[in-house]
Amino acid sequence: MEMSIKWELKEMFDSLISAPKYHLALEGCLVMCVLWLLFHKSYKPESTKLTEKEKEELIAEWTPEPLVPDTPSDHYALNPRIVTSKLGKRIVIDGHDCLNLSTHNYLGFVENDKCIESAIKGLRKYGVGSCGPRGFYGTVDIHLELESRLAKFMGVEEAVLYSYGFSAISSAIPAYSKVGDVIFVDEGVNFAIQQGLIASRSKIKFFKHNDVEDLHRLLLEQADIDRKNPKKAKVTRRFLVVEGLYINYGDICPLPQLLELKKKYKVRMFIDDTCALGVLGANGRGVVEHFGVAVDDIDMICATLENAMAAYGGFCCGTSFIVDHQRLSGLGYCFSASLPPLQAAVALTSLETIENNNSVIEKLRQNCQSMHSLLKDIPYVKVFGEPIAPIKHLRFANNTNDHKLETKKLEKVVQIAQERGYALTVARYLDDSEHLLPKPSIRLIVNAILNDQEMKESAEMISQSFESVLNLY
Amino acid sequence: MKNTEQVYNNRRNKSKSIANNGIHKSGDNQRKQWATRNDGLRPHPSWHIVLTCYLTFAILIAFGYINEFLTYIGLKRNKAISETNREGYACLYGTWQSFFTRYIYRRVCDAFSQPICSVPAGNVHVLDRKSDDYNLTFRLTGNKTNAINLGSYNYLGFAQNTGSGTDRVLQTVHKYGIGIASTHHELGKLDIHIELEELFARYLGVESVVTFGMGFATNSTNIATFAGKGCLILGDEYNHASLKSGSYISGATYRSFRHNNMNDLETKIRDSIALGDTKSGQKWKKIVIIVEGVYSMEGSIANLPELIRLKKKYKCYLYVDEAHSIGAIGPNGRGITDFYGCDPNDIDLLMGTFTKSFGASGGYIAGPRHVIDRIRAYTQSAYATNMSAPIAQQIISVVKVLIGETDGTDGIERINRLSENTKYFRKRLKEMGFIVLGHPESPVIPILLYFPAMISPFVRLGLNRGIATVGAGYPATTLTTNRIRFCMSSAHNQQMLERALNIISQIGDEFNIKYLKT
Repeated sequence: MEMSIKWELKEMFDSLISAPKYHLALEGCLVMCVLWLLFHKSYKPESTKLTEKEKEELIAEWTPEPLVPDTPSDHYALNPRIVTSKLGKRIVIDGHDCLNLSTHNYLGFVENDKCIESAIKGLRKYGVGSCGPRGFYGTVDIHLELESRLAKFMGVEEAVLYSYGFSAISSAIPAYSKVGDVIFVDEGVNFAIQQGLIASRSKIKFFKHNDVEDLHRLLLEQADIDRKNPKKAKVTRRFLVVEGLYINYGDICPLPQLLELKKKYKVRMFIDDTCALGVLGANGRGVVEHFGVAVDDIDMICATLENAMAAYGGFCCGTSFIVDHQRLSGLGYCFSASLPPLQAAVALTSLETIENNNSVIEKLRQNCQSMHSLLKDIPYVKVFGEPIAPIKHLRFANNTNDHKLETKKLEKVVQIAQERGYALTVARYLDDSEHLLPKPSIRLIVNAILNDQEMKESAEMISQSFESVLNLY
Repeated sequence: MKNTEQVYNNRRNKSKSIANNGIHKSGDNQRKQWATRNDGLRPHPSWHIVLTCYLTFAILIAFGYINEFLTYIGLKRNKAISETNREGYACLYGTWQSFFTRYIYRRVCDAFSQPICSVPAGNVHVLDRKSDDYNLTFRLTGNKTNAINLGSYNYLGFAQNTGSGTDRVLQTVHKYGIGIASTHHELGKLDIHIELEELFARYLGVESVVTFGMGFATNSTNIATFAGKGCLILGDEYNHASLKSGSYISGATYRSFRHNNMNDLETKIRDSIALGDTKSGQKWKKIVIIVEGVYSMEGSIANLPELIRLKKKYKCYLYVDEAHSIGAIGPNGRGITDFYGCDPNDIDLLMGTFTKSFGASGGYIAGPRHVIDRIRAYTQSAYATNMSAPIAQQIISVVKVLIGETDGTDGIERINRLSENTKYFRKRLKEMGFIVLGHPESPVIPILLYFPAMISPFVRLGLNRGIATVGAGYPATTLTTNRIRFCMSSAHNQQMLERALNIISQIGDEFNIKYLKT
């Protein structure tokens, strides 16, 4: 044994001596490289240790930006039109008494005597504020009553009441959809939904406004991704968020086709009926009643009580399994004070009124259709929106694509209308924050308390105002 | 240190001149001394308490798993987890979240969300409920319990349904109605909002104020107007959910510092400025420090003088959320700046809500005119309905009382009564041997229970015997620092406080939670 080891060593030594010089040099370099790699200090970019002196210098030379940049003093928000009366049928703006064509008072309940009476009763019984969130003695019996009545009205198991319409949908979406989930959204949704999408941190896929084919394409893409990774697909939640009646467009979502896709691809559907509650459907139950679809097929319906119901707050309704979750996870529900009882009282009265008698909804629909046909005939004006929708977007027929110019022209129309006694408003958006900024328009809102004469005169006035502005520019 | 008696006498002498709307510089060195004291720190629980707490949760979780197993094999039916008409859909809830709700929270949820049927004043009528299916659903029995209200945020006692303020609100209901159905940027701005904003700016001593319809939304929609990508927000670790939500939505980077720990904050500021944003390699555009005036679960008060010193030294911006401190602390009830005698213009943005001390709803942001103008123009609340007119009137009435313009000395009397009640209640609880958290002058008074199992029995027993209290446990607090919280109100008189203290002492003896009793 020893002999063979000795022999091998000798062989190695011999081959070392007899190897060509360049071979030895190369091997020598390689050995040096290996030694260097083993022993040199590794590069750690995070642990840049600064000395105290260096830190002080950096701190001294750091100049932060101002807290906010300057705002132009002629910004419309800094020169608001001040209202000094009830925002009912007529409204006093900057001293002018005008016919109200701009607030979301669809059913005219702002001036309803019964609503005012119930507000006063609520005030006399409960005071003003509820002084606490729902979890800590802020739940008043009137909230429970309102929730059960809303659930009954919408034909669902349970409703969760929020104290602000904006936070109903923007708290509901992040309560269910988390990191890793996918949400398919119509790109024309309102800002509250967009906020909810950002807060949810999920993957957002926008499809073209009311374009079912585009949604189908996105769903097929998602199905492909799911096929590649079935394990992940099983735990990825998928949601579809649409509005019943779009506030930015005045049109209605194609619910039956969306439902087909929803069932085929197992996507949960949330509908925001902010503008559809009290408007669509024979009894005002929203877009679900309008299309005659089973409400069980929809996972959750959110709506606000601030428009047709002339109160405050919002709600989300659906099956208890889905909706009850928000009582612990809806940020706007758990961490916010509850709805002041007097506002809940008004909502209850409005709800009772439309439950007992849906004639006001019928009247609203007739008014919307009349107004639509009156406006359609105006040559310089293009009307956007469904005939039965109370929201009508008015734009100049020959629209330039200059956002600023169009806005200026429309603001002039609004000014002329106000001088003549009609309250209109340009639809206002946060230009830099919207996902898809709609083109400038006047958002005209038809309500149930207008009569035919007033609508005719309004249409004439709009025609004249648009004409005079066209002549100016 | 001046004794308490002297402080009260000084305050009473000052109150006589308040009638002329004079603002008093409290300038209390005493307060500044208190600010440097160890408030917010609590004695650490001993090992056997910690062990028992974890054991409690372990037992609950074990039972939960047994229940799950029984449901899985079909021996038990659980309505709460069955969903019909949704076969093939991905599971809606994450496993731990729904497990916690079903098997831990559900057991104790009768101690939360109790409905009331009266004004949430000093006394409140709580409706009795019963559950026939282990807390899944409740039905009202038709009876009610009259209890001393230690749970509602009614610091100055303005939750009332009579009085001159209520009459004015009534008139406003007739004049403006309830609903507005329009936003800030369209036709939602009423003359009463302008009046409220100007009055409130005068009350706070700042240049400009903007008001919003909801307190939560005030934070979540407005932080984005002054902070965005490339900015750093340093928030206290116990900041409210609305602040964290607003910070996330703004796109800024959010980092937290240890609760009320100014040394930790200073270290983090220094490191952040020196190193910048390590992800992008750029310097931070600006650094905003976000704190609360009074923390609602801890009862502690932010160390404002130190925060102002830090912010000035390092050129940062300071945003203070005064939801629980406006109206509730300070000799003139003007919040944390009044409490410490600091200049409100030293703080870049003062935010608050009208729900607590003003008995209304909504929120506001106050500060220099050019900043508030920016917020007015770019607030995301521009899409939300503006505040209702009667609510605005309620706030106007309350502010006028507080500054002495109406109802004479009623305002200052309420503020003094709240302060006296707070001090008395804390003193008595400490004497009884409870671990009382928070600043000595904070009207939010939590006592430590440690054990989660004690929260709901305490609340239930308390209600049976006549006090309405609030229990707080995981996840609002850590696993081992479960607590009961009392909120003081100037609507409480001496007899009510005595009665409440007796009941709390009784329950404390029964539960053995007077940890500091010698």
